[in-house]
Amino acid sequence: MSMSYTVQRSTKASRVAMTVGVLIVIGLALAPYWASRGDLRMMVEIFYYLALAQMWSLLAGYGGLVSVGQQAFVGLGGYMLFALAAFGGVNPILALVLAGVITALVAIPTAFVAFRLTGAYFAIGTWVIAEVFRLGFAQVSALGGGSGMSLPASIVRSIAESRSGREHLVYWIALAIALGSILMVFLLLRSRWGLAMTAIRDSETASESLGVETYVTKFLVYVAAAGMTGLVGALIFLQKLRISPDAAFSVQDWTALVIFIVVIGGIGSIEGPIIGVIVFFLLREIAADWGSWYLIVLGGIAVATMLFAPRGIWGLISDKWDINLFPVGRRLITEKD
Amino acid sequence: MQDMLTLSGVSKSYGSLTVTDDLSFSLKQGEALGVIGPNGAGKSTMFNLIAGGVKADKGEIRYDGGDVTGLSAAKRCRMGIGRSYQIPHPFAGMTVFENLLVGGAFGDSVPEKESYDRCVEVLDKTGLLPKANNRAGSLSLLERKRLEMARALATNPKLLLLDEIAGGLTEQECHSLVATIKDIHASGVSIIWIEHIVHALLAVVERLIVINFGAKIADGDPHEVMNSPEIKQIYMGIEADA
Repeated sequence: MSMSYTVQRSTKASRVAMTVGVLIVIGLALAPYWASRGDLRMMVEIFYYLALAQMWSLLAGYGGLVSVGQQAFVGLGGYMLFALAAFGGVNPILALVLAGVITALVAIPTAFVAFRLTGAYFAIGTWVIAEVFRLGFAQVSALGGGSGMSLPASIVRSIAESRSGREHLVYWIALAIALGSILMVFLLLRSRWGLAMTAIRDSETASESLGVETYVTKFLVYVAAAGMTGLVGALIFLQKLRISPDAAFSVQDWTALVIFIVVIGGIGSIEGPIIGVIVFFLLREIAADWGSWYLIVLGGIAVATMLFAPRGIWGLISDKWDINLFPVGRRLITEKD
Repeated sequence: MQDMLTLSGVSKSYGSLTVTDDLSFSLKQGEALGVIGPNGAGKSTMFNLIAGGVKADKGEIRYDGGDVTGLSAAKRCRMGIGRSYQIPHPFAGMTVFENLLVGGAFGDSVPEKESYDRCVEVLDKTGLLPKANNRAGSLSLLERKRLEMARALATNPKLLLLDEIAGGLTEQECHSLVATIKDIHASGVSIIWIEHIVHALLAVVERLIVINFGAKIADGDPHEVMNSPEIKQIYMGIEADA
């Protein structure tokens, strides 16, 4: 063939974004030395919402799996941390990682059940599964039944001696998990699987007839997202130091707000959840004392976004300027000779 | 020559509506077969049955010596059945090049980097090279149809199913499409082509079948089929002018 070509992965925008990103991450990693205790707490919250949003966007945006039951895995991760640390004598940091692994394993049989349903039935099915988890954990008296339990003081001290030491450690773990979730989605999208997932996002029918095993791909996405969600769940309750079925399996906290973040930011992209989480926390700070009007405004914004900008804020930006901050694309550069 | 594809007694109904009715025919290795029939005759459903998007209620489909009736569309694609859709299904958010890579990396079961050569070659052959880095969602309808064929070719098919890709082309474009398809055929790919643009079809195919109400009503030499009184009656106004 009389043609030479190269396939380019990164773009100018992505190289600039990478540099800025590294500087931001360094600044964030040093936050315990410049931010107040309250700020750190809120940033931990931002980080875990960012990770949850990345996972939901991966699921719904690429796998087409609109789950309303991710709280099942948040709660399971949280409870696994408490059970392993309080009863298994496992170091809490190790327990955090194990909680993610166990959650991924539990997601396998869960997927077999949930995947029998599609579309709206899948959404409702995942919610029902999460409710079953909640009711199930409320029956376990060793874990405090319906009223829950606190992490024993000796275990809390084993994380770090001082309160600020513990808070800093939790902060760094949260930062690592948030970055890890972005990295996970990035690496997935950049790989061969990214081609398959993006194809499934755009047309499941065409993906199948081009050789993509859509069931297997979606299954793997579901299990991977569950594992990361479980890890985040463990982190959330490591910060809170107390867990109960209602808090652990809250559909509003761990799914509804996450969907809001992804929808306004932009579904099916890495940038969308990042923008969404920033917008969400800004809104929350502004509207902190609006009472229930806050939720009404939030709902209104989500509805307006779905109607007028279905691909969210990032969708508007990337359509207008055709940019990608994360180099997941493949550009073909040819020279005829 | 050996039969590459055989449909025996294949039927498909949706409720009381029979879209494929006891359909049987064979395709020889390397053959180019044309399919015509009125709108709604069940031609695209026939492709769905062959490619695996729709499962047959009755009958058997054999491909490359094995029974594929129960296999998934993805599996059949990897076995070498490539198809285009009449109504294009582009991966709108991906570039044209990335659309082809899906076919290359999955349909042809090779690592992504090894599929680059083939995809670039197909882009060149189908005239999509200037659009390689455009989002597929930004393509015109004609370009989308070309993308359908290009993606199917990226899977390195042994059997290529083309579903109405010549409609709406100018004389010039139709000419170059026919040349491209002849090229593909000459390289050893078997082809089944559903097309309303009969003169384009007849320039390529060696055999023609006619489908009406889901059943095969004629099968044979293209010019004989087109000249039979029964077909002329169904095709009032559509004359073979090739």
